[in-house]
Amino acid sequence: MPAVKRHSYDVIIVGAGGAGMRAALESSARVRTAVLTKLYPTRSHTGAAQGGMCAALANVEEDNWEWHTFDTVKGGDYLVDQDAAEVMCKEAIDAVLDLEKMGLPFNRTPEGRIDQRRFGGHTRNHGEAAVRRSCFAADRTGHMILQTLYQNCVKQGVEFFNEFYVLDLVLSEGRAAGAVAYELASGDIHVFEAKAVVLATGGFGKVFKTTSNAHTLTGDGMGIVWRKGLPLEDMEFFQFHPTGLAGLGILLSEAARGEGGILRNAVGERFMERYAPTIKDLAPRDIVARSMANEVREGRGAGPNKDYVLLDLTHLPREQIDAKLPDITEFARTYLGVEPYTEPVPVYPTAHYAMGGVPTNIRAEVLRNNTDVVPGLYAAGEVACVSVHGSNRLGTNSLLDINVFGRRGGIAAAEYAGVATKAPVPPGVESQVVATVQRLLESTGGDRVAEIRSALQNTMDMNAQVYRTEESLKQAEEDILALKARYVNVAVTDKGKRFNSDLLEAIELGFLLDLAEVLVIGARARNESRGGHFREDHPNRDDTNFMRHTMAYRNEDGSITLDYKPVVQTRYQPMERKY
Amino acid sequence: MTAVAERPAETRAEAPIETRPVRVKIRRYVPELNPEPYWQTFEVHALPTDRVLNLLLDIKGYQDGSLTFRRSCAHGVCGSDAMRINGVNRLACKVLVKDMPDEITIEPIKGLPLEKDLVVDMEPFFEAYRSIKPFLITYGQPPTREHIQSQADRERFDDTTKCILCAACTTSCPVYWTDGQYFGPAAIVNAHRFIFDSRDEGTEERLEILNDREGVWRCRTTFNCTEACPRGIEVTQAIAEVKKALLYRRV
Ligand SMILES: Cc1cc2nc3c(=O)[nH]c(=O)nc-3n(C[C@H](O)[C@H](O)[C@H](O)COP(=O)(O)OP(=O)(O)OC[C@H]3O[C@@H](n4cnc5c(N)ncnc54)[C@H](O)[C@@H]3O)c2cc1C
Ligand code: SF4
Ligand code: FES
Repeated sequence: MPAVKRHSYDVIIVGAGGAGMRAALESSARVRTAVLTKLYPTRSHTGAAQGGMCAALANVEEDNWEWHTFDTVKGGDYLVDQDAAEVMCKEAIDAVLDLEKMGLPFNRTPEGRIDQRRFGGHTRNHGEAAVRRSCFAADRTGHMILQTLYQNCVKQGVEFFNEFYVLDLVLSEGRAAGAVAYELASGDIHVFEAKAVVLATGGFGKVFKTTSNAHTLTGDGMGIVWRKGLPLEDMEFFQFHPTGLAGLGILLSEAARGEGGILRNAVGERFMERYAPTIKDLAPRDIVARSMANEVREGRGAGPNKDYVLLDLTHLPREQIDAKLPDITEFARTYLGVEPYTEPVPVYPTAHYAMGGVPTNIRAEVLRNNTDVVPGLYAAGEVACVSVHGSNRLGTNSLLDINVFGRRGGIAAAEYAGVATKAPVPPGVESQVVATVQRLLESTGGDRVAEIRSALQNTMDMNAQVYRTEESLKQAEEDILALKARYVNVAVTDKGKRFNSDLLEAIELGFLLDLAEVLVIGARARNESRGGHFREDHPNRDDTNFMRHTMAYRNEDGSITLDYKPVVQTRYQPMERKY
Repeated sequence: MTAVAERPAETRAEAPIETRPVRVKIRRYVPELNPEPYWQTFEVHALPTDRVLNLLLDIKGYQDGSLTFRRSCAHGVCGSDAMRINGVNRLACKVLVKDMPDEITIEPIKGLPLEKDLVVDMEPFFEAYRSIKPFLITYGQPPTREHIQSQADRERFDDTTKCILCAACTTSCPVYWTDGQYFGPAAIVNAHRFIFDSRDEGTEERLEILNDREGVWRCRTTFNCTEACPRGIEVTQAIAEVKKALLYRRV
C-alpha cells in the first residue's frame, strides 16, 4: 500500500501552465496557496504557442475592445457567451500591460511601445478590414508568457509541488474541499485539504492521433470533474488547424499561406481553387481543413499512404522564406527532413484546441448545472468552457483567455477562501485513488496502454475529425466502448513506486477514453454544422434547434445524459458567418 | 539483452514505407530492483521520419513499459527530454534517426543526481536558476501603461530569452561535472537575459551573486554548452558578456 501524506492550504491550484500560474500570482498574494502540477511549470504546453495574444491596445492603429468582442462572437459562430467575451476583450488591455510590467519582452514599435500585428478573424469596425491587434514576442509568445509567469512566481515565492499528478477532487457537503495527488518521484499519495480549488489542467488533444498538443495533454482535469458527476460543456467542438506537419501534427503557422504558399494534392493540383474559387488557400481554417481531408478521402492524397497533401513554398524566393518563415523551414527540416526551398512540405489538419470543457461563469466558478455553482471550485484556461470561444476559437484568444480568467479565478478563489470555513474532509477520501493505483499495479492483463491508446486515436482521427456523420460517429462510439472494455484489463509492466510513468500513462488513458466518449456522443446529438463541428449529413447551421450549449452528465452507471444550456446574448444577433 | 520490436500492424511492420532496424543501447538504472546501472539494447524498426524520442516511445509502448524518461511537447519547446545521445547532449525529440548510425547509445545527462533510467533530479538545476533572481527587478512607480523600450534595446537580450531550461548546456559542462556548486551556463544565460534588459534595475545585485566563488569566473570557455544548446543560443558569448559587465560594472 502506498504511503498517504496530508497537507492543508487555503487554495490549491491544479496546473502550472499560463492559466494556473496567473491564478497563483493572485491567490498566493492573498492567502496560503499551493500549486500542484504534473510537469515542471516551464514544461507546460502554453510554451508552444507562437502567434500572439490579442488586445485592443490601439498602439499602432485605431482599435477598441468592442470590435474585438464582435470578432470573437462572430468567429465562434455565435455560440459564444457574449457577457464572457465582453469581459475578456475589455480586460485584455490590462492583461497585456500587466505581462509587460512583469517583464515580458514584447516586440516593440519604432516608438518603443508594444508592437501589434494582424491575425486571422481580427478586424476593425465589425469586419471592415484586418486590424493589428495581436501583441507578440517574435514567434514564441507562449514561451515568453510561460517564462514570465514562472519568473514572477519565483519572485513571489509561490509554493509548487512539481510532478504531482492530481487524480481526484475532494467534494464535501457539495463544496470543494481539496484534491488527491500521486507523487511521481515516490509513488506516495498526498491528500491536499483546501477551502478552494482552481483547475487549470489544459486540454485533451491526445484523444486524436494527429495533434499539435503535447503527450501530456490528456484532459485530466476534465476527466476528474466528469467522474464526480459534474457536467462538461460543448465537448464536441474541437478546432482542427489545417497545416500540421503530416504524421506528426506539429503546427505550421498560417503565415506560410499568407506569404503565398499553395496547397497541392498528389498530382500537383492547386485543389483549393475548386473549394474556394475566390480566396483559395486563404479560406477560413475550417474550410481549408475540410477540403484537405476531402482530397485525401477521394484518393488524391500524396505520399506512400496517400494520407496527406503538400504545402508548396518552392516558388517563393529563398530570401522571403528566410525572412518571413524561419519557423516553418526549421520545423520541416528538423522533423520531416524536407527542404522547403526545393521540396513541398507534407501537411494534414491537426487537432489543436478544445473549445469545450468544465462549464464556468465569468467569475471562473464551476457550474454544477445551468445555473448553480459548486462553492469553492474554480476552473480557467483550456480546461474550462466559459464560453468565450463558442464553436470556434479565434487565433490569439486562448493566450488571452488564460491570462484574463486565470487572474479572475485566482482572485475569486482567494477571496472565497478568505471568508469560507473549511468543508470537513471525510476520512478515507484517498481510497478511490489508492484502489485505482493498486488495481493497475496488480493487473495481469495483456492489453498494452500503447495499443489501446493508438486504437483510440486512430478511430478518433478516422471518425470524429473534420468530417463527421451519424455513421462515422456511431462507429467511433462503438470502438470507444470496445476499448473501454479492453481497458479494464490494461497492463502495467512497471510495478515500482519510483517514477512509474507506465502507471500514470495507464491512468491518463482512462481520462482520454472517457472524454472521447463525451465528445462523440455530443457530436452525434448535434445534428447541425457549426464552427469546428461539421456534420456532412447536416451541413448547415441550425439556430432554431442548436443555438445552445451542450451539457453532458455522467450517470451512476456510466451512461451519459445530454442537456442543453442557453447561449448568453447581449448585443449581437446571429448572422451568417461570411468573411 | 536484445528484444525485437513487435509493432502493431497498422503502424510499422506492414507499412509500405521502408523501415530501418536500429539498435538502441540504453543505460538503465532501476534502484528498486538493482543498485547498479546497466546497459540494455533494444531493436526498433525506425521510420524515415522518426526522431530518437519515437524510438523511446516505441520501446516503452511495445517492448518494456518500465523504461522511464520525461517528454511532453515532442517538438523541442518544453525542455523535458535532454539526454546524452551518442555522447552528446541533445533533446531526443529533435534528433532525427535517419541522421544517426545503426546503433544509438542513450544515457541520462551528467552531473545531476540520477533517479531512474533517463530521469535525473532537476532540483539542483532549478535552484541555481532561481538563485540568480530570474525576474524583472524595478524600483519606484510602475508606468501607467507599458515601459518604453527601443527596438535596439529589445534586441540586446533577444538571444537569451529563447532558453527553455532543458539543462543540456549545464550538464555538458566539465566544470559543472566536477563542481556541482557552480551555477552553470543556464543560470548565467538567464541572468544575462535580465542584466541586458534596459527595463531592469537589479543589475548590481545580480552581478554580486555572479561574482561569487561559484559564479561566472568558473567558466573555462570550453564551448560545450553552446554546442549543446537546442535553441541555438550563443551561451559562451552570453557568459563572456556577463564577465565583461562584471569587470567594467556596466552593461
Ligand atoms: C502549437 C500551439 C500553438 C498555439 N498558439 C497559440 C497562439 O498563438 N495564441 C493563442 O492564443 N493560443 C495558442 N494556442 C493555444 C494555447 O496555447 C493553449 O490553449 C493555452 O496555452 C492553454 O493554457 P493552459 O494554462 O490552460 O494549459 P497548459 O499550458 O496546457 O497547462 C496545463 C497544466 O496542467 C498541468 N496538469 C495537467 N494535468 C494535471 C494533473 N492531473 N495534475 C496536476 N497537474 C496537471 C500540467 O502540468 C500543466 O502545468 C496554441 C496551442 C498550440 C498547441
Ligand atoms: S541555454 Fe540552451 S541548453 Fe541551456 S538550458 Fe537554455 S535552452 Fe537548454
Ligand atoms: S519533449 Fe519537449 S523538448 Fe523534447
